[in-house]
Amino acid sequence: MDGLAAYGALTGRRVVWLVGLSVLLGLVVLVSLALGSSVAGLRDVLRTGLDGVIFWELRLPRVLMGLLVGSGLAVGGAVTQAVLRNPLASPFTLGVASGAGFGAALGIVLVSATAKWAVAGGAFTFALVTVLFILGVARMKSATPETLVLAGVAIMFLFSACTSLVQFLGTEQQLQAIVFWSFGNLSRAGWGDILISAGMILPALPVLLFRAWDLNLLLAGDEMAASLGVRVERLRLAALLLAALMTAGAICFTGVIGFIGLVGPHLARLLVGGDHRFLLPASALCGALLVLISDVLGRTLFAPHMVPIGIVTAFLGVPFFFALLMRRRREFW
Amino acid sequence: MLKARDLHFSYPDRPVLSGVSLTLAPGEVLAVLGPNGAGKSTLLRCLAGALTPKGRVELDGQALSDIPPTQRARLMAFVPQHIPARLPLTVFEAVLMGRRPYLSWRPRPEDLDAVWEALNLLGLTELAGREFGEISGGQRQKVALARALAQQSRLLVMDEPTSSLDLRHQMEVMALLCALAEEQDTGVVLAVHDLNLAARFASRALLMHRGRVFADGAPEDVLTEDSIRTVYGVDVLRMEAGAGAMFFPMAATSGTT
Repeated sequence: MDGLAAYGALTGRRVVWLVGLSVLLGLVVLVSLALGSSVAGLRDVLRTGLDGVIFWELRLPRVLMGLLVGSGLAVGGAVTQAVLRNPLASPFTLGVASGAGFGAALGIVLVSATAKWAVAGGAFTFALVTVLFILGVARMKSATPETLVLAGVAIMFLFSACTSLVQFLGTEQQLQAIVFWSFGNLSRAGWGDILISAGMILPALPVLLFRAWDLNLLLAGDEMAASLGVRVERLRLAALLLAALMTAGAICFTGVIGFIGLVGPHLARLLVGGDHRFLLPASALCGALLVLISDVLGRTLFAPHMVPIGIVTAFLGVPFFFALLMRRRREFW
Repeated sequence: MLKARDLHFSYPDRPVLSGVSLTLAPGEVLAVLGPNGAGKSTLLRCLAGALTPKGRVELDGQALSDIPPTQRARLMAFVPQHIPARLPLTVFEAVLMGRRPYLSWRPRPEDLDAVWEALNLLGLTELAGREFGEISGGQRQKVALARALAQQSRLLVMDEPTSSLDLRHQMEVMALLCALAEEQDTGVVLAVHDLNLAARFASRALLMHRGRVFADGAPEDVLTEDSIRTVYGVDVLRMEAGAGAMFFPMAATSGTT
């Protein structure tokens, strides 16, 4: 036994998991493309292709958006958990979701529920406003994980109250639209939305992956990370900003899809361990899988009725998450 | 190799260091001693670049603040006092973090060898695949030491590296540090509470009192019954044992230090 062998034994299993998850995701994508309220058998899709319009305008955008949202939320969650050293954290902890909810509500009430630019734009803007505010506060003091988490929880309450106020002031139809937005829905996405979301999510991935070693070090404590050459505060703020951007980019068009940012990384950590070089890609795969599977179930379980994905992820995710927690011998990370 | 001149450091509410100077030569094992709150940890953090004091810290003749962080991490390894109890990594990966100053993305064979050698030196190879959160507190402390050794720096700065270790492991770790100092000219600065351990292993002792250097020199000259009474407020009986002095606490003196 030597270092090479010991490390090879450690990483071999992880590579296998990454490949396995990718294959599984490929299958789920195929199933997801084939299934829908207009039933087209998988074989038909593979052989003749779907009816062009349904495929190009409904199925494919939906699946692509699912891939983007799932991977964006889960990677955002993994990064947030690392830099805040808190297994309960996700970008939602920093108020991203409550900010987005308020922004969407504002768009619905001030403009219209059908004005997509206003709803998505409002959601995106306020999602980032909350995070920038928190990071600003943290910079004025010192950006310790505790400060950030506490500030995030406080701002979450503030924006929830703001949303309630808007709901209180709005008409019944507007209230309905606001509530419906908060369920999350992949079918809202058009091609333009997908491009914008992709523009905010995809560039962040290689940047974060490149910093994987430094993210590992942050887990071990600020002092140690600093002594090993990491510029701790700068990395923490930059990583949180990227995570928030990814999350805002994911949910501004789809509405709030909860839980993926929390469960995705934990599932990935269980499979491939905590080294971010493996954890980040595995989180992206797990998040995308969870979103697509939830979406397929939401579309088919009570067909022709569709259950919004935000509801399915919680119903699917919570029991699954508890099962994981119960099964583990050790701490949650 | 390490030189500190007239360091001052204050936290917002209180001064911690007031005019501390020291030098460390290659191959020296310097024990920094003193009661709680005397400024040991702060001094070590300043030496390691984790805090920026007033005054000047030099590493191989170059101002510490002028050395880029990654370069500094190749020259000096720091083991903080606080080691996290949980870390979602295996022991091997935790030690591999010490190679960060050398790595780009994929660990090279020499990185893995350095990790294995460090694990070997501390008798941790059996634990390599275990989760960091599953091992005992003493083992975690040894993993933190192994991480510092994997850094392959010529200077080790350690804040109470033996605080969670039992007697035998304390001996092993101290002997290992002395061997590194002797054979590879590694400079070692460590904060310790155990006077006996310092007297037995350190080649030099620096006794701190209220943010100042009270005495600096050979352990037998620094650790006298008088100096310990003044600094710690404890009457001790000093006994000469074969390998160094031994201290037996008799009674706390009246009044505070």
